[in-house]
Amino acid sequence: MIISAKNLDLTFQTNDGPVHALKDVNLEIEKGEFVSFIGPSGCGKTTFLRCIAGLEQPTGGQISVNGMTPDEARKARAYGYVFQAAGLYPWRTIGGNIKLPLEIMGFSKAEQAERVARVMELVDLSGFEKKFPWQLSGGMQQRASIARALAFDADILLMDEPFGALDEIVRDHLNEQLLALWARTEKTIGFVTHSIPEAVYLSTKIVVMSPRPGRITDVIDSPLPRERPLDIRDSKEFIEIAHRVRDGLRAGHQGDV
Amino acid sequence: MFKRSILPVLAVLGVIIALWYATCIPMNAAWTIQQLERSGETMTTTEHIVDSWSQERPRLPAPHQVAAELWDTTVMKSVTSKKSLVYHGWITLSATLLGFGIGTTLGVLLAIGIVHSRTMDMSVMPWAIVSQTIPIIAIAPMIIVVLYSVGVQGLLPKAVISAYLSFFPVVVGMVKGLRSPDAMQLDLLRTYSASNAQRLWLLRLPASVPYLFASLKIGVAASLVGAIVGELPTGAVRGLGARLLAGSYYGQTVQIWSALFAAAILAAGLVILVGLIERMTLRKMGERP
Repeated sequence: MIISAKNLDLTFQTNDGPVHALKDVNLEIEKGEFVSFIGPSGCGKTTFLRCIAGLEQPTGGQISVNGMTPDEARKARAYGYVFQAAGLYPWRTIGGNIKLPLEIMGFSKAEQAERVARVMELVDLSGFEKKFPWQLSGGMQQRASIARALAFDADILLMDEPFGALDEIVRDHLNEQLLALWARTEKTIGFVTHSIPEAVYLSTKIVVMSPRPGRITDVIDSPLPRERPLDIRDSKEFIEIAHRVRDGLRAGHQGDV
Repeated sequence: MFKRSILPVLAVLGVIIALWYATCIPMNAAWTIQQLERSGETMTTTEHIVDSWSQERPRLPAPHQVAAELWDTTVMKSVTSKKSLVYHGWITLSATLLGFGIGTTLGVLLAIGIVHSRTMDMSVMPWAIVSQTIPIIAIAPMIIVVLYSVGVQGLLPKAVISAYLSFFPVVVGMVKGLRSPDAMQLDLLRTYSASNAQRLWLLRLPASVPYLFASLKIGVAASLVGAIVGELPTGAVRGLGARLLAGSYYGQTVQIWSALFAAAILAAGLVILVGLIERMTLRKMGERP
């Protein structure tokens, strides 16, 4: 068990009164799993990911990451986090951006260079080390930000709608690359999305969530094999899982629409 | 491109010079008319116009008189001569640069404190604003007197006044710049559990560089004004401020105007220099050309 949440609750105090962002969330994630969190805006999927990362403090329940509290795990640099936007520093080159966590964590110069070269190759960006972010397309920038999260080799990769702002062709391509990368690195991945095909295509486990209060309505263990060519999306199993996800999302929305 | 940018500038300059020559006539003719009344002589209009542009102590000197004086006191005089504007300009410039250095350092340090400490944010910022509402001409003599009484004189008091004017734009710009990184960029550093010093050094400071340069351009011009003002109350004998003061004591309007122009040229040069350093720095920091 690498991530475990029990009866997790999180209430934000806002000017308009309390907002119940997470209510009674129970989830266990095994090492090496690819877990997607899917649901409409306000369902708490990003908040839950931020709880795992120790960026948000739950107001109730327990959560452990690698057997530690999320804060301890964060300080032990247990995970890499990829945000919605690439968020590369415009004043650093692509190589310099990927080096950023390594500088902070005090890796030696030689090791920094070696790791940067390795992860850039991993996300297929070799040769762009000296370019500045504005010289790259949005998809390439997001790949650089994934490389940045991979550079210090944490076991867990947390991704918050990393491809949400990209067009579908680029997104398909990156999804394929992400699966290959996951197979090569054997990391545990938590992935927030609101695209059903993306969630089904990538995940070994799909967590369906719904809003007000943010909660889990369904957890689907995918029967798809780990090896997934893009055309698996036309298979019967794929369509069945997609259907079940859609049902879960609709159930969570009842009374809303 | 060059032609397009230089032509409008020249056109405006031409209009200003024409207006200036025109203004000289009524400003300076009055004195001549007075003299003529006394002696009973007369002058034609053309003679009046030529006369108003070539008096020795005109109320308003004509552009060519100022230009000639500038030429005479810069190129024609040895730079060590008391009559050289280069000499006086250097005296003022050295106080300006020292003051600018002190002011910028102080401004950056205050801004870092303000961004990191709520107490400093609440306590320092109002005082920084109040400090700029006091007319510099009122506080400059006091600074000089106070520093003189503790044995400090010469360059430093002027530099202090110059720093007093230049730290403020730096504080305001740097506070904005240091706060410019968004929540996501700050969260990213939290996921690396970066220290406060690392956050400052790797994120906040680089992010504030464009803001800093905008402030420096204002600050360097303010520094020069501060240094000149610092030369006025002491009856200093050296520096552009001293030239202004001496000029007004002896009714040497041409000298006043040439010192004013020297100050303006110096200020423009400093702002252009900061602009060049800005462009080089930002280019190095990956700015889109």
